[in-house]
Amino acid sequence: MLKKNSINKNRFIQYTQAINEALMQSMKLDKKIVILGLGVDDPKRIFGTTNNLIETYGKNRVFDMPTSENAITGFAIGMSLGKYRPVLCHQRVEFALLSMDQIINQAAKWSYMNDGQMSVPIVIRLIIGRGWGQGPQHSQSLESLFANIPGLKVVCPSSAYDAKGMLISSINDNNPVIFFEHRWLHSTYSIVPKKHYSVPIGRSKIVKKGNNLTIVSSSYMTIESLKASEILSNYGINAEVIDLRTLRPLDIKPVLKSLKKTKKLLVVDNGWTQYGISAEIITRVATIKKLNKNLAINRMGIADTPIPSTRNLAKLCYPDCLDICTEVGKILNIKFKNLYSKFKSFRAQDVPNKNFTGPF
Amino acid sequence: MKINKNKKIELFYSMIRMRMIEEKIAEKYSEQEMRCPVHLSIGQEAIASGICMNLQKKDQVLSAHRSHFHYLAKGGSLKKMISEIYGKETGCAGGKGGSMHLIDIQAGLIAAVPIVGSTIPIGVGLAWANKLDNLKKIVVIFFGEGSTEEGVFYESINFAALHNLPVLFVCENNFYSVYSGLNKRQPKKRKLFNVAESLGVKGISLDGNNVEEIYLKAKKIIKSVQRTNHPFFIELSTYRFLEHCGPNNDDDLEYRPTSEILFWKKKCPIVKYKKKLLKEKVLNSKKLDKIYNEINLEINKSFKFAQKSKFPKNSNLMKNIYA
Ligand SMILES: Cc1ncc(C[n+]2csc(CCOP(=O)(O)OP(=O)(O)O)c2C)c(N)n1
Ligand SMILES: [Mg+2]
Repeated sequence: MLKKNSINKNRFIQYTQAINEALMQSMKLDKKIVILGLGVDDPKRIFGTTNNLIETYGKNRVFDMPTSENAITGFAIGMSLGKYRPVLCHQRVEFALLSMDQIINQAAKWSYMNDGQMSVPIVIRLIIGRGWGQGPQHSQSLESLFANIPGLKVVCPSSAYDAKGMLISSINDNNPVIFFEHRWLHSTYSIVPKKHYSVPIGRSKIVKKGNNLTIVSSSYMTIESLKASEILSNYGINAEVIDLRTLRPLDIKPVLKSLKKTKKLLVVDNGWTQYGISAEIITRVATIKKLNKNLAINRMGIADTPIPSTRNLAKLCYPDCLDICTEVGKILNIKFKNLYSKFKSFRAQDVPNKNFTGPF
Repeated sequence: MKINKNKKIELFYSMIRMRMIEEKIAEKYSEQEMRCPVHLSIGQEAIASGICMNLQKKDQVLSAHRSHFHYLAKGGSLKKMISEIYGKETGCAGGKGGSMHLIDIQAGLIAAVPIVGSTIPIGVGLAWANKLDNLKKIVVIFFGEGSTEEGVFYESINFAALHNLPVLFVCENNFYSVYSGLNKRQPKKRKLFNVAESLGVKGISLDGNNVEEIYLKAKKIIKSVQRTNHPFFIELSTYRFLEHCGPNNDDDLEYRPTSEILFWKKKCPIVKYKKKLLKEKVLNSKKLDKIYNEINLEINKSFKFAQKSKFPKNSNLMKNIYA
């Protein structure tokens, strides 16, 4: 889709800026796109993602909102019925839990209930928190909760490039799309074309080629999986890493194709493991008769507990690249020597980067 | 109603203690040992002090994300609060909650959670249980004006009115929800207590920076809630002096007009009250020094306690997921 010469190799931009570009450019093309959410025009601009929107498009298209998540979601649905295309955003996933009726009962069912006469083209941006002691109610990865619901689309891009392209696709989509942004991805950079482009919803992507085993992940854990693959290469293991990018509709094909080659699968869930994404992936794989002979399968995710505030316990909840290597070792029957001492510097702390000093 | 000299000193002491505690948190936050979001309430001391001074130990308080003062004014342990913010096992929630989840059941601080509006129905439910069991205690729910934009606020007020529950709603109106001013969130000139009244809960609006007035008015109100089992709503206008979340001043962001900031700084509940008490000769500089020294000592002890305390053991991670 991209013309080669349109890529400026030096154009490394931050994830948040990529989101911002997607919003800026989409709003220019379609006057019916409006931005709603508490703080979208405040000095911090949702971590910079809504920069310049109000200056460019004015206060009839960018709306700061009352602290009323449930109603806001209903308003967005209503506006979409009136031919607007609202993009909503919440600074934490948890705030959207107040609007589950509007999301699950209403938005997700609308098209089906009226047999396709009307749809609800809204995007709900949800930010997943992590680190700095945010604790039980500000650091949940609840993607699977939404991915469970027919009628919703659920995406969770892991790079700035995908974030821009997939946000554009989400805005253009005629269905309700839940767009997950991990707070720790916000500070990552990748090459992002300046132009308006889309990355399709419903396509997973091989982010690193390999042939010894397949690691499937999504959102921030894709980054840890890539780090793990780097470490594994030191032990002579060549892992293939697949980023799901979209959780619903799920694109399992690249996973199946990869497994034909590797016969070994590790699913690294960004959230809790029980009833989660790994369960879905592994079931899809295991129920394919042709494939399921001699497959070695493993999965991992966040510890089966709410996330505590104190960093000493929180760090036990989140698996990182070294833990991924250990789980890979279980599949391959290898114990990696000096893994935790040698690659200590690869470990994630309770902050996304050294510059982060809190408080939110 | 009159207020005696000792009560005046108590009110002042309560306010200055809370301020000095949060100033210490702000001062030490940059050491990066308190690694959790903190929502400081500096500037809003009079409300927690004035209301809680009227409560008995058995009465119960619930709060939201900005809860330090409610916890302290209700008699929550300072050592445990500081330890909680440091993420230590000696914290009031064993380090699992952090600043946004304070609790001290013995002191009657039942819960504080950072999801806006969430504790309002929970407090109403607690008051309901208290009433069914004829327990003769009242529940006080502290929340910011942002909470009144959530649906659950209306649902809770409605139910409290319907069942005549012994609950006091205390709305701290500091005009902002994070950086968003009231002008973007609610119609002009709304009185929140009018909203409560229209739903069947009597209300009043007070100057949230006048500690004596709050204390005296709340005394009457609390007595009547106890006597009649009818809910009541107090709206108090006030101002937070620091940023929404974190230890700093964020006036450079200019989301609040300078004139407004100056107006409220002049109305600082502590400076104003100190002046008054000095003038009335209830306080003098010697007494003040004694107060400051005593509080400093307590604060230093508490911080030392927190810093020396251990982090929770790894085995605590999986504890108490279920009762
Ligand atoms: C349901 C929900 N929505 C949004 C937030 C983000 N948030 C945290 S504090 C806050 C401000 C709420 O304002 P107010 O109730 O007036 O309390 P104040 O901070 O002024 O004390 C917001 C919006 C949240 N924690 N929960
Ligand atoms: Mg407020």
